[in-house]
Amino acid sequence: MLQKTTFLSHSYAKPDGHTLAAYESAGGYKNARKALGMSRDAVVDEVKKAKIRGRGGAGFDCGTKWTFMPKESKKPCYLVVNADEGEPGTFKDRTIMERNPHSVVEGCIIGCFGIGAHAAYIYVRDELHLSKERLWAAIEEARAKGYLGQKPFGLDYPVEVYVQTGAGAYICGEETALLNSLEGRRGEPRYKPPFPAQVGAFGCPTTVNNLETIAIVPTVIGMGGEAFCKLSTLAEFNDGGSRLFGVSGHVKTPGVFECSVGLTLRELIYDLGGGILGDKRLLAVIPGGSSCPVMLPEELVNVPGDPRFEPYNGKSVLDLPLGVETFRSVGGMLGTCCAIVLSEDADPVLALHNLMRFYRHESCGQCTPCREGCGWIERILDKIVEGRATLDELDQLHRIASDITGNTICAFGDGAAQPVLSFVKKFRKQFEDYVLTGGKSQTKKLVA
Amino acid sequence: MAFSLSAEQERELGRILSRYPNKMAATIPVLHLCQAANENWVSDDVIQFVADKLEVGTAHVKGVVTFYTLFNQSKPGKHQVWVCRTLSCALRGAEGILHHCEKRLKIHAGETTADGKVTLRTAECLASCGSAPMMQVDKTYHENLTTERVDEILDRLIAD
Repeated sequence: MLQKTTFLSHSYAKPDGHTLAAYESAGGYKNARKALGMSRDAVVDEVKKAKIRGRGGAGFDCGTKWTFMPKESKKPCYLVVNADEGEPGTFKDRTIMERNPHSVVEGCIIGCFGIGAHAAYIYVRDELHLSKERLWAAIEEARAKGYLGQKPFGLDYPVEVYVQTGAGAYICGEETALLNSLEGRRGEPRYKPPFPAQVGAFGCPTTVNNLETIAIVPTVIGMGGEAFCKLSTLAEFNDGGSRLFGVSGHVKTPGVFECSVGLTLRELIYDLGGGILGDKRLLAVIPGGSSCPVMLPEELVNVPGDPRFEPYNGKSVLDLPLGVETFRSVGGMLGTCCAIVLSEDADPVLALHNLMRFYRHESCGQCTPCREGCGWIERILDKIVEGRATLDELDQLHRIASDITGNTICAFGDGAAQPVLSFVKKFRKQFEDYVLTGGKSQTKKLVA
Repeated sequence: MAFSLSAEQERELGRILSRYPNKMAATIPVLHLCQAANENWVSDDVIQFVADKLEVGTAHVKGVVTFYTLFNQSKPGKHQVWVCRTLSCALRGAEGILHHCEKRLKIHAGETTADGKVTLRTAECLASCGSAPMMQVDKTYHENLTTERVDEILDRLIAD
């Protein structure tokens, strides 16, 4: 159901929307003040009731994650905000940092209080210079007003917020790689366990939250967890509230839109995205960043035995509300809710080739299956695109991707394998056509 | 010649160090600071300087420098141009933008113009998918590009 909201985006259209004055005139920082007057447990409770599924792609429940932090800790605790936005197709966090940075700072104050931390690091990828500038400016404004520092709002709970920058590595969006990078090391993911809540940044208990997740927390405290949760039509799937949706690729009006959870892909592509460029046919959509399996409009929902799916069974996946559980149940993945749309003009073989170049480039090289597998897949795809591959090699793609899955330290390997497994399965005919005829009947282009 | 920072840059280094519980954590921000002060690249002298300042081994600093793509291990052109070519941009014509840049600058991606003005590179997803195609020039994003816009931007760089 398409229901627009403006909790984060109310400031987007205002030229001064990123300033403290604009943020406060819209009621900003009231909720951090309120939270610091509540008990820590009560704050966590509200966030739990809100059922905020992590907005970074994994979809873990935010409130539950906060409960993993120790109640008493001899070591300092840290909040780390993941703004290393780099998943292909994902461009939502940047809009918050550039146009509503104070929501992040206020979220950090509440987040720190909720997990027992006194310092938050916002890890922003280096390329986003305007985002870093806006965040630092917001921090300085908040500090000058006495909202950060030793006594925020005159209350006895010190909070400091810092911006930390990366240096160009997609893998640093993986939370343990990010922690290594924050500590000044190569961004190689760590083994889990121990999980960050036990041993995170600098060996101390740490919560890593996506930037959009943190930015929506003030809204949750303001309206109450339950009321926020009910904005969603997927509350019974434990997926509450409202969130940012993005759409890019072959649509007429690409962009970021804030809506209640429960939006469908059809609404995202045709209502918000304005439909397919040139009114062409929709070939496929990658629902939430490139690591999600690609989906076709002709795929139907079929989840027998679960009454919650009854309204959707037999319908196209385009009409299934975008949720963490709903998409997992149909063999898909929600990811970051930023869809990449391919019209019939796009050649799916070239699309996979493009994505696998990305994964080969970004594999950190720590685990053999991923490091060698991504390169191997790209080399086979090179041959397929050039019309030099055999059917055996096409089958090999499936084997290599399967062998990466589950055999690496972090989820990057699975993320790299998903596009291969789904594209080759769902576009088998097109891939075979390249092998057998050199791709004679394919469009051999990506642009519409 | 040994690398050093200006008094103002040293103060910035002090501010960076104050944010972390230990010195090693400052490796990446301090490398950014030093790279900017060293014509946008990290030389062996810079590595030695950072290692001394942060009391870590040169091998640690070198390891970090070689891991991250935005630390240049050789001197780039005065201006750096990155054309994003990942899927969302590719669907909106990134290849055409890249070829246009190559033709206009008479270099291939990864190379620097003979006069040392511009280094052209490709980039993987720069989180600007809704305004594709796009390219980054130094610290600025240029979005919804057309070849005419690219010409204007490159002309300014060449003339600078």
